[in-house]
Amino acid sequence: MNWISRVRNSLPFLPKRETPDNLWIKCPKCHEMLFQQDYEDNWRVCQHCEHHGRLGADRRLQLLLDDGFSMLPQPEVREDPLKFRDSKKYVDRLKAARAANPHRDAFSVGSGNIDNRPAVVGVQDFHFMGGSMGMAVGQAFCAGAQEALDRGCAYIVVTAAGGARMQEGILSLMQMPKATVMTRRLKSAGLPYIVVLTDPTTGGVTASYAMLGDVHIAEPDALIGFAGQRVIQDTIRESLPEGFQRAEYLHKHGMVDMVVHRNRLRETLATVLDYLQPAKAA
Amino acid sequence: MIAYLEFEKPVAQLEARIAELRLAAEGDDVDISGELSRLEKKSASLLASTYAALTPWQKTQVARHPSRPHFRDFVEHAFEEFVPLGGDRLYGEDEAILGGFASLGGRRVMLIGHEKGHDTQSRIRHNFGMGKPEGYRKAIRLMELAGRFGLPVVTLVDTSGAFPGVEAEERGQAEAIARSTEACLALPVPMVATIVGEGGSGGAVALASAERVVMFEHAVYSVISPEGCASILWRTAEKAPDAAEAMKVTAQQLLQLKIIDRIVQEPKGGAHRDPVEAAQSLGRIIGEELDALSGKTSAELRQQREERYLQIGTL
Ligand SMILES: [Zn+2]
Repeated sequence: MNWISRVRNSLPFLPKRETPDNLWIKCPKCHEMLFQQDYEDNWRVCQHCEHHGRLGADRRLQLLLDDGFSMLPQPEVREDPLKFRDSKKYVDRLKAARAANPHRDAFSVGSGNIDNRPAVVGVQDFHFMGGSMGMAVGQAFCAGAQEALDRGCAYIVVTAAGGARMQEGILSLMQMPKATVMTRRLKSAGLPYIVVLTDPTTGGVTASYAMLGDVHIAEPDALIGFAGQRVIQDTIRESLPEGFQRAEYLHKHGMVDMVVHRNRLRETLATVLDYLQPAKAA
Repeated sequence: MIAYLEFEKPVAQLEARIAELRLAAEGDDVDISGELSRLEKKSASLLASTYAALTPWQKTQVARHPSRPHFRDFVEHAFEEFVPLGGDRLYGEDEAILGGFASLGGRRVMLIGHEKGHDTQSRIRHNFGMGKPEGYRKAIRLMELAGRFGLPVVTLVDTSGAFPGVEAEERGQAEAIARSTEACLALPVPMVATIVGEGGSGGAVALASAERVVMFEHAVYSVISPEGCASILWRTAEKAPDAAEAMKVTAQQLLQLKIIDRIVQEPKGGAHRDPVEAAQSLGRIIGEELDALSGKTSAELRQQREERYLQIGTL
């Protein structure tokens, strides 16, 4: 089993371009059987236990933005300059991920309004190679920030990633300062930058743009952290505390402002945006 | 007594043979100076050829060599003065990341870097160079101070990575790293980052987001350790040599990829064989880099720094 299929098989629900409308699926948390169409209609939140499943980029943008928003083109970046290969070539992994996903890489940007408030929303999609941050993700993040700068509006980024894309080596690591250049420009321009942390947000993504927001909103029970739990356990050789690296735990330790249910996410963002009106140029 | 690395075995055998001969020759009339000098030449050339052809995985081992010079050695041998500054004013003092005022050839700078320690006791005290949030927050404090008083910032990066622990997570390891990277980018003064040993992931970037990045000849810089990469992508840490190869972690490869700007030559056989010479070479190059940046305005420096990162990955 290769890396992709391993990750895909570990996902409770595979993203499909066309959702069969007569399928039943099992909630990974409470194990109740859910009618798939109901589950999709409920934005992948279990009706029984409120478990928040992973949402694809398109559905996330639909959830947050008013109808009629526009998608930014996926930026072109250098492809596989390291000629990386493990058991498989990176270019082949990319090909497979593109075949299984509606977008060319893991970060998509929609430009429009949130309940009539102008906003640009960037979404990281875990379904594309674990949402991992490589050059395409970094470039798309920056393009979204530039769109917000051009429109003079808020930039909202929904994070989800296992971390950096190892197949891009140091070039993936360099996306951390790269994205940070743009969060700084938003700040200098007096524009709000809001982060919505979803399951999972870890590694270099957390240690850069996911933790630099003016406001941090997390989805319930989302795994959010820097180091992987197995790495931590191997280092400290103790069991981890209850709820470690979950959204509520981060809230308790002061790293996120609020934990918000998906069905209140749009209205919460709208309220926050009302208070963070773009500052008048100093 | 130097610790030999696995691939240095042939050199080790020669050097042992030389030592034996010397010992045997003591108090003996037999002239072995010819034989000795022949062996010494052979050993030196073997060392040189070995180090000229190090694989990425071998370089990783050199970069982690227990006798490799660290922050304190560089302070001692490259700077005339060091005034350590401690604490993040929020939680504590993290000795994995040291910093303070320093003087380099008459130039006053803010020096910040990882310290791994050199023996069991000091390694524990410095947490093996793995910074905690308070360490990165101290770095932020010192960078901001440097910015306000016009002191250029010099960093010495040498970490396997930021500390992975429960308390570090609770205190916001990710946030501290992100803010430290941001603090680098915000500096209104010149910043020269040097990768002196291991440049491990986010814990390195947080102190290396400079407009000029130089790297020791046998240092390594990567997004994840070769072992970590191997255990995820190859599903066994034993494939670390392959992962090191695939990730392109060496100074020579990173110079080609334009991730670093300049390579600092190490003494023959690696910095651990002559820490003083290594420190002096590093100091000389940092000095040159600082002088080259000294005429620039804050805006020019920031722009140079921003452009450097924005262009990575673009066509
Ligand atoms: Zn459920």
